[in-house]
Formats: sequence, structure tokens, C-alpha cells
Amino acid sequence: MTSDLDLHLEPATGVSRRGFLKFCTGVAVTLGLSPAAGVQIAQAVMNPKRQPVIWLSAQECTGCTESLLRAYHPTLENLILDMISLDYSETLMAGAGHQAEQARHASMEENYGGYLLVVDGSIPTKDGGIYCKVANRTMQEHLEEAAAGAAAIVAIGSCASWGGIPSSGINPTGAVGISEILPDKTIINIPGCPPNPYNFLSTVLQFVTFGTLPALDAKNRPKFAYGRLIHENCERRPHFDAGRFAMEFGDEGHRQGWCLYKLGCKGPETYANCPAILFGDVGSGSWPVGTGHPCFGCTEEGVGFTKPIHALADVESVTPPLAFASVNQPKGEGMTPGAAGVVGVAAGAAAGAAAVMMSRLGKVELIPEKKKKKKKKKDKQAAAEE
Amino acid sequence: MSIKRRDFLKAAVTGSAVAALPAPAEARPNLEVPPNAIGMLYDATLCIGCKACMVGCKEANDMPVESADQSPIWDTPVDASGKTLNIIKVYRDGTAEVKDRETDGFSFVKRHCLHCVDPGCISVCPTTAMRKDPDNGIVTHHPDACIGCRYCVWACPYNVPKWDFDEAFGRINKCQFCNHRLAEGLLPACVEQCPTGASLFGTREEMLEEAHRRLAQEPGSTYAYPRNTLDDPNRHEATVPHYIDQVYGETQGGGTQVLILAGVPFGKLDLPDIPERSFASISETIQSTVYKGMIAPLALLGGLMFVSRRRLGEGGEK
Repeated sequence: MTSDLDLHLEPATGVSRRGFLKFCTGVAVTLGLSPAAGVQIAQAVMNPKRQPVIWLSAQECTGCTESLLRAYHPTLENLILDMISLDYSETLMAGAGHQAEQARHASMEENYGGYLLVVDGSIPTKDGGIYCKVANRTMQEHLEEAAAGAAAIVAIGSCASWGGIPSSGINPTGAVGISEILPDKTIINIPGCPPNPYNFLSTVLQFVTFGTLPALDAKNRPKFAYGRLIHENCERRPHFDAGRFAMEFGDEGHRQGWCLYKLGCKGPETYANCPAILFGDVGSGSWPVGTGHPCFGCTEEGVGFTKPIHALADVESVTPPLAFASVNQPKGEGMTPGAAGVVGVAAGAAAGAAAVMMSRLGKVELIPEKKKKKKKKKDKQAAAEE
Repeated sequence: MSIKRRDFLKAAVTGSAVAALPAPAEARPNLEVPPNAIGMLYDATLCIGCKACMVGCKEANDMPVESADQSPIWDTPVDASGKTLNIIKVYRDGTAEVKDRETDGFSFVKRHCLHCVDPGCISVCPTTAMRKDPDNGIVTHHPDACIGCRYCVWACPYNVPKWDFDEAFGRINKCQFCNHRLAEGLLPACVEQCPTGASLFGTREEMLEEAHRRLAQEPGSTYAYPRNTLDDPNRHEATVPHYIDQVYGETQGGGTQVLILAGVPFGKLDLPDIPERSFASISETIQSTVYKGMIAPLALLGGLMFVSRRRLGEGGEK
């Protein structure tokens, strides 16, 4: 393997062996696999038969592709072109026109049932889907055709996942996510605007390496990336817990890096790993909340592009944290053995005294004998007088 | 002329008994809401359990950290206490999945003094340590007058006044509606800190109106919830939940100045279902009936004297 890497990798890509293995290990760790899986990923990537990929772009802004191009360990455009065979991508391919369409059809036929289909952008459904056409065919037709022979389908970006910006508000084109066009297929959604490229890369590399797909949540998003709320991993969370909120942009709290919840941060209702893996590989703070802007929930249907940025988030908690006192919380430690002993002795003494007193009742005269006699005498006298 | 002591007492007892007969003690009604009663509305469905109000309360009232496990790293009280005047507690049932649902759900609840319209703590206080402001209705505690009997701890149906048992010379502590902050024109600390408007400040009348306005909304519709105060333009648009159709504190125990809305029955939140007639009015009615004109005590005393004199006989007297 070493010789393979040395022979092919560096001349072809300008990537050193060390840098390449580092990248593969990094991907393995992002996926939650052991670093040893990095070697397997390296082998898979070096496989001479590269995984064919068809990338369709519908109603999109190319932000997802741009984000992907800016994955930097190492320079990703080289790697993505070498570890996969990107047979069709409107943004990245050199060919154009009939030639490009022909290449796509050739690849789809040749690799029927084996290629990976990636889609960015939402699919217009209104007026027969005329609002997004490539090669004189609607995106819906392209998608249905390409999906038929795909081994796996990945929806990258919020548009492809659930409609994104084009579907917000009055939704003039009737835009929907691809899972609505293909209800019978399992689609891996990688929402985000744009999504973190490493979430996409990790998913694709798991597929390329092991032929498996990552565990998905109820919205078909990989759990390794969308398993937790932004709020759970946010570096500003201690400020939330301490009640320190920035009240407006540029105020004292905002400058101090306090929690942005009151400015409308949607972190408490948005599932994504942004605070954990950050963006752009430039170190800490390189994500929206880190820079001082509230999260606007780009990954979350019904939040991003739907709720106003200033609107307060609903704080999602699957279950209330244990740190809250229960309504009927017992308090204190109960009685200590020493205290129990003292109380026991006192109670015993009282019971004993009571028992003794009871036993003596009736035996002791409450009024002395002399007085009794006197009283009887008096009573007799009184009776005589009457 | 000389009157025998016995005859004098007889006459006195009879006379006062007769005087008492035509005027039986009148029941003392619940106290009225003070003219400028301030109020707070706590909406448990808006509460996100961030505990910011607890932090604000501790800072505003200069209260120490209280930890359930003796490690003073985090403030983790388990109940209101001599060191914690305000606490967010949680009700949970089963899997506790959905907020504000009774079964398999959970709800937060904020517990502190509800500032009763007719407070039991004041009724039982043998000194004047517990007082209610005649104007704004804040129930305050005055340690300089307190003798430490803790009757108020027992008398409160909401379990609010707390004795600080950790101190050798402890004292009663309870929420005083941040009256030191109100005097400076500030909001109560818990209201100021609340990010969602779960704690709202205003007059009791306004709060009651707002509470009924919320109850009148269609569940599922959108409502612009005010934050801090009713006239704050910075509102929080949220979906109206399924409220329990009752404002806790409107009538309970004669009414409270802190009103509560929730999505789970109040009993589950440890807010007891108590009758409209205040306990204070009941106990004070009984007391004033018993002690009216000192008749009953004098009658009792007279009776006891009569019996004991009979038993001891004339010889008992010198």
C-alpha cells in the first residue's frame, strides 16, 4: 500500500502521503470510527476503480459546492476528483452541452445500480416543473431518471433536504426537497446552508469505504452530524445557564461574548454539529455563533428561512435535564443514627414514666387523708343544720 | 353595702353572657386586593428552564450558592430555602418527552412567594414581622420584629417562608417581590432576566387580563407574548399551547398577586387546589368568635372556678 500511495498519490495530486493519511484519519474520527479505520479509508480511496458519482444541481446557489471546495485537509478538489469519479457536475465538469449530457448517460448506463447520486437544490413542481430545466428537461425528470439506477442518494444542502430558501414564504415555484419527489427511496439528507463539507465527505467516504451508510435520524440525517442540538455544544452555553444575554448587537454583553438567545439564536431548536467541528479549518470561533451572530437554524425545516431571525427559539429538550429539582423533591439526609438514638432514649423514658404512672393510679391518694376527714365532718354538719 | 365576691362574679358572668347573645361574632371575609396591587404572571408553557431567573434572584438579593451535593461549584438547590428565594422545578412523567403534557411529558414551574391577597403568614405572625403593604400588596418579612417562632413556615399553603437552619441564629427568608429594586424603578430580577416572557410584571389587574387573553387564544395559533412588561415592544411570537383553563391565583386561598398559567394540572406542579375562602379568614373568624368580648374565656374561667370551688369546698378559701 505504501508503494501505491507513494507511486500514485503525490504526482497525481500534489498531496503528501502523510497529509493524505491525516485527512483519512480525520474523516474516520468525524464519523465516530476508530483512527485505524483511516487506513481502510485510504485504501478505498486509492482503489483504481473509483466510485462513480453523478451530481445534479436543481434550484440552488452553488453554495454547497463552494463549501465543499473549501474543505482544506488537504486541498479537497484534488482528492474529490481522485477518490471518486465525478462523472457529472454542472459546476465542476469541464465538458458542456450535448457532450456533458452524453457523458452522464454513458456513466449511468455503465454503472447502473452502482453510482452515487448527489443532489443540491430544490425541485420545482409548480406548472409542470418548468422553473428549472437542464437540457430541455425538467429537474424532476432528471432526478427520477438518475435515481432509478443509484446505489445511494445524498441530498446536500437544505434545498435538496427539505426545500430550503426556494420553498420559503409563498414558494413561487412549488419547490420541494428530493425526498418528496422520491418517496420510496432512502435519501440521506445533509441539510445546511451550506452544510459543513466534512459532514458530506464523511458520509460519502463511509459509503465508498464500507459500502454502508451512516445511522440516520428520523429526518434521514446522519446521526454523527445532526444528533445533537447546537445549544448542547455551544461555547456560549455557560452564559445561557448563568442568565447572561446580549440584548442587542454591539452592547456590553455582545462584546463580552454572552449568549445570543435573546437576539433570536435558533441553536436551542437546531440540530447540527457546527460548534463541534466549526467551519473553514481556521480555528476556534469560526462558526456563526462564534462570530457573534445568532444561529438562524439553516439546517432545520420550519426554522431556517421560516422564522424571523429575531424571533425566539423554542428550546427543545428531549427530556428535562436531571439538574432540575423535582416538584416533589425530598430534601435532607433523613435521621442520623445518633439522632435516632437520642430520640429513641427520650421516647423510651417517656413511655416508661407513663407506664409507671398508670400503674400507680388509684393507689396514691390525691387528697391527703386528714383533709378528707375534715371535709366529711363539714358535710355532716351541713346536713345536720338543714 | 357589701357584695359577696361570689355574687359579684355570678352577676358579671351572667351580664356579659347576655350582652354577647344578640351580637354573634361576624365571619371575617377575605381581605380585598390592595388598591395598587402589583402582580406577576408566570406562564409555565413559556418557561424554557434556563434558570436565568434563579441566577438573577441570587444576585439581586445577595444570596449564597446552595448545593444539593455540598460541592459549591454550581448553584443546585432542591427547594426554596433560607438561601434560595426562587427556584425552577420540574414535573416529569414517564418518558417526559413532550413539554407541557401531563402523561409522558414535563413542565417547569417557578416557585417563590405568591404574595397572597390574604396571607396566612401574616395572620399567624404573633408579632408584626410579616406585613403586607397596604398599597401595592407586597408581603414582606421584618427580621427585627421576628421572634423566630416559624408559625409562618407552617401557615403558608404554598410552602414559601423558609427558616435558614444552617445558621446558628437563623432567620426567615422569602421573596419580597424585589421591593428594593422596585423602589429604584427597576423590574423584579427574575422578570428582568426572563428571556421568553415567562415571568411578566405589571399590576395584578393587568396580569389577570393578560392571563385570560392567553386562555382565550386558540391553541396552535400564534400569539405575540410580551416580555418583561405588557408595554415592552419587544414581543415573543410563539404558538399558543393547550393551557389548563384556569388562572392559578385568581381565587385560590382568596387570590394571590403572582398568577400562574400552565399546560399540566396545577396539582402536579405542587400548587394545591385550595378553596376560595382564605385560611386566614377562617382561622381569624374562629378566633374572633371564641374571644369576642372575652366572653368565652371568662365563661370557661368561671366554670373552672365554680367546679373547683365545689370540689374543694368553702374551706378551701381563707
